[in-house]
Amino acid sequence: MKARVFVTLKNGVLDPQGKAIGHALNGLGFASVGEVRQGKVIDLELKETDATKAKTALKDMCEKLLANTVIEKYEIELKS
Amino acid sequence: MKSAVIVFPASNCDRDAATALEQMTGKKAHMVWHQDNALPDVDLVVLPGGFSYGDYLRCGAMANQSKIMGAIKAHAAKGGAVLGICNGFQVLTESGLLPGALMRNAGLKFVCKPVTMSVEETQSAFTRKYDKGQTVTFPVAHGEGNYYADDETLNRLEGEGRVMFRYQDNPNGSARNIAGILNEKRNVMGLMPHPERVVDEALGGSDGRALFQGLIEALS
Repeated sequence: MKARVFVTLKNGVLDPQGKAIGHALNGLGFASVGEVRQGKVIDLELKETDATKAKTALKDMCEKLLANTVIEKYEIELKS
Repeated sequence: MKSAVIVFPASNCDRDAATALEQMTGKKAHMVWHQDNALPDVDLVVLPGGFSYGDYLRCGAMANQSKIMGAIKAHAAKGGAVLGICNGFQVLTESGLLPGALMRNAGLKFVCKPVTMSVEETQSAFTRKYDKGQTVTFPVAHGEGNYYADDETLNRLEGEGRVMFRYQDNPNGSARNIAGILNEKRNVMGLMPHPERVVDEALGGSDGRALFQGLIEALS
């Protein structure tokens, strides 16, 4: 089973990189670009066929390592 | 005072810390490899600056998974002193030994320069030899030193006298100009600037000496 984890900064946490990307896009003439927030995508391969078990394990991985929940939130996407 | 310096892969201030400790205490610091399970019998553990594990995933995140961290947490739980400098501060926040997190500098640039800070609190082994409100200059060298914590945590830190150093001219966007903080039990401190680089006038300053003198006085 494959999984994709999205790690992004929590709402309200300042994202200077996102801000710089937004400014750069505006500078390129993309005037419609407002706020930009950036983050990470982590792709994992799991030796697991049970989706519920996989999701539980992934949640644990996010809490313990993949995200720093003081500043980041995460979303888990399973692909069979 | 007996001390240990933890060596992670890509620590790069471990020898600076060991040299400063030896110069100040007259005793060699134990260099402890991150894969060791146990600490020698020491009063102070220093987590040095550097780029442990190449800052992969997040600064300090991988170092926090090292075997030695269990022994460091146990040392702290027993009341043993722990000092995290720069990357060491990042490891301490990742481990939960200190609250908050260190994020990318607000200006997005790596900042490498001397910074002036005020000593906010002297009720600790780390700062007892300074005067409250005294200004000191330590160098900083980091890309991720922007201290973040939610308002509740920041208010608590301030209310409990746990903000130890505050930047006079904030180099990285840190909340409330915070440069260094203490844990609740007052035995674990983390700061981004480098006191170990200013213990000798010949190397650019001596404002860091009092930090080590305080530790020696409190822990010997």
